[in-house]
Amino acid sequence: MNAIDVHGLVKRFGNKTVVDNVSMQVAPGEIVGFLGPNGSGKTTTIRIMCGLLTPDAGSGRVLGYNLLTDSLKIKREVGYMTQKFSFYEDLTIAENLEFVARLYRLKPVANHVADTLADLGMTSRRNQLAGTLSGGWKQRLALAACIMHQPKLLLLDEPTAGVDPKARREFWDEIHRLARDGLTVLVSTHYMDEAERCHRIAYISYGRMLTTGSVAEVVANAGLITYIVSGPGLAGIAAALESRDGVEQVAPFGATLHVVGSDRQELEAALSDIAARDGVTVAPGETSLEDVFIQFMAGSKDNMA
Amino acid sequence: MNRFFSFGRLGALLVKEFIQMRRDRVTFAMMLGVPLMQLLLFGYAINTDPKSLPAALVATGNDHYTRAIVSALQTTNYYRFDHVAESAAEAERLMARGEVSFVVTIPSDFARRVDRGEAPQILIEADATDPSASSGAVSTLSTLAARALNRERGVAPGAVGGPALDVVVHRRYNPEGISQYNIVPGLLGVILQMTMVMMTSIALTREIERGTMENLLAMPASPAEIMLGKVLPYLVVGGVQVAVVLVTAKLLFSVPFVGSLPLLLGAILIFVLALVLLGYTISTIARTQMQALQLAFFFFLPSILVSGFMFPYRGMPGWAQLFGEILPLTHFLRVVRAVMLKGADLAAIGTEIAWLIGFVAFFSALALLRFRRTLD
Repeated sequence: MNAIDVHGLVKRFGNKTVVDNVSMQVAPGEIVGFLGPNGSGKTTTIRIMCGLLTPDAGSGRVLGYNLLTDSLKIKREVGYMTQKFSFYEDLTIAENLEFVARLYRLKPVANHVADTLADLGMTSRRNQLAGTLSGGWKQRLALAACIMHQPKLLLLDEPTAGVDPKARREFWDEIHRLARDGLTVLVSTHYMDEAERCHRIAYISYGRMLTTGSVAEVVANAGLITYIVSGPGLAGIAAALESRDGVEQVAPFGATLHVVGSDRQELEAALSDIAARDGVTVAPGETSLEDVFIQFMAGSKDNMA
Repeated sequence: MNRFFSFGRLGALLVKEFIQMRRDRVTFAMMLGVPLMQLLLFGYAINTDPKSLPAALVATGNDHYTRAIVSALQTTNYYRFDHVAESAAEAERLMARGEVSFVVTIPSDFARRVDRGEAPQILIEADATDPSASSGAVSTLSTLAARALNRERGVAPGAVGGPALDVVVHRRYNPEGISQYNIVPGLLGVILQMTMVMMTSIALTREIERGTMENLLAMPASPAEIMLGKVLPYLVVGGVQVAVVLVTAKLLFSVPFVGSLPLLLGAILIFVLALVLLGYTISTIARTQMQALQLAFFFFLPSILVSGFMFPYRGMPGWAQLFGEILPLTHFLRVVRAVMLKGADLAAIGTEIAWLIGFVAFFSALALLRFRRTLD
């Protein structure tokens, strides 16, 4: 049985369709990265899955429970970490954890809180107000609070936004540790390096699920060809290339230029005169996940307007 | 000059303020609604010299003198005799329930005494729990009744004819006419209403504004649990306020307490429950804390004006009295004054208690219906 198995989810706000026929299957123990530009419907999809929003159409099961009728059972076994810190800033760390432990009826409360504080390394700061924590610590507290009741499915909405690289690294180590113990994780993110740490990624854009698969599969399926241009006068070269047929993306990466297109012949033709310039080298490169996403974003029409 | 003040920058701020004002429809409605409501209520509803007050007549004799006095009282417009009591005990009950403001007793030997040329007596008992409400009616009484009697006896106005009519006035429950006796028990209701409704009206909007609502809803708490969890703490706050007001009423203002304290506390509990549930209902309607406070204020204003707290309830026109009936404070004021000053028992205030229980049921049903289990 899949941890998440939903079909044809639709959610409209007013006359705007925010989630448009989204289907998703996630196997137990899998870490799935949920990617897409701002306003693409990631948060809405996650909220539907944890029962915070009712879909206008579609159906499915989360942890075997009917999405439409069993939202209370789903809430008991799902851990949901919101995008914005949503614990009580005027309560201490320990008080927040006690509140959560009691809501989930974890007994004895004191033991659960003490264990969680010890895991977090926050035992000595238990009486500090949550509002005074730094972004990274708030995020760790929020994660600890949502896994305290040992959920079977963890839904994380951009958990690492605004968190420093070291804290992010530790966060992801923790996610992998939890997944090894059988926890299923769906995590939305904007960071490519985080996407690459997922078993599988799902890309959503303007409410539509565009692709899903492992990072390698997604890159391969995109069918993009990338050339790396290096040498003098890159700014001028970039400006010249942008308008040419066959060139779909030109992006500077340090001292090089990544030129991406989907038609190999057209792209090579566009680059032929550049390659002939003095001191300029044009070499085939690997298409990155970011290149693929930029391509997706350019390809899908913005419905925000 | 430009460094300190620029009309351009001022303009930017003004434009922004007006845009925000227009977007916040509740505030906009308040800016129009509050002055309008105040104008209408003060202008039409409030009357500090109430007329047509319900009165009970206790008259065993049905002679022409009695009828003359009754019709004279009725033509003053102050008295409306819609109860004819069989006995003094029945009249007493009517007054304790607050169904009448006056009891006029004309003794059975009234006609005999007039005919014999002895000084006749009538007794007017006025409900003085609100001294200002009854003062007008009492002050016009003696001269009018005497004039009516003289006319009936055939004595020309101004002439001296027989012994004068002896009008005995009893100010019941508050013989000295001390207005604190009316105001202080009423304040208990007003203070409770102000704090309870205001504090609970921001219960949910605060969670929404701080972003903690999403998390709360994602955790397994039912709407009823959230509602009770939000309102019950304020019962404790209310309890403290009640203690403070009652002790102060006794110590500083020496307000009498003739009724049953447990009965009053029971009624207060129901009233406070109704208030916190009303506040919670407001909280499910408002989108921001600011809106919630404005809605609470919008409710608070008419409660002060038409509940009978500041101005006599009986002095208001019918529509305003009807409006007063749908406010919990109106019913609570009757309860608190009846129990504290008149020593009313449960039977006497049963209707008001039933109203308050009705408010509790109505507001909790409304709040649960309005409560959104999701973020839709």
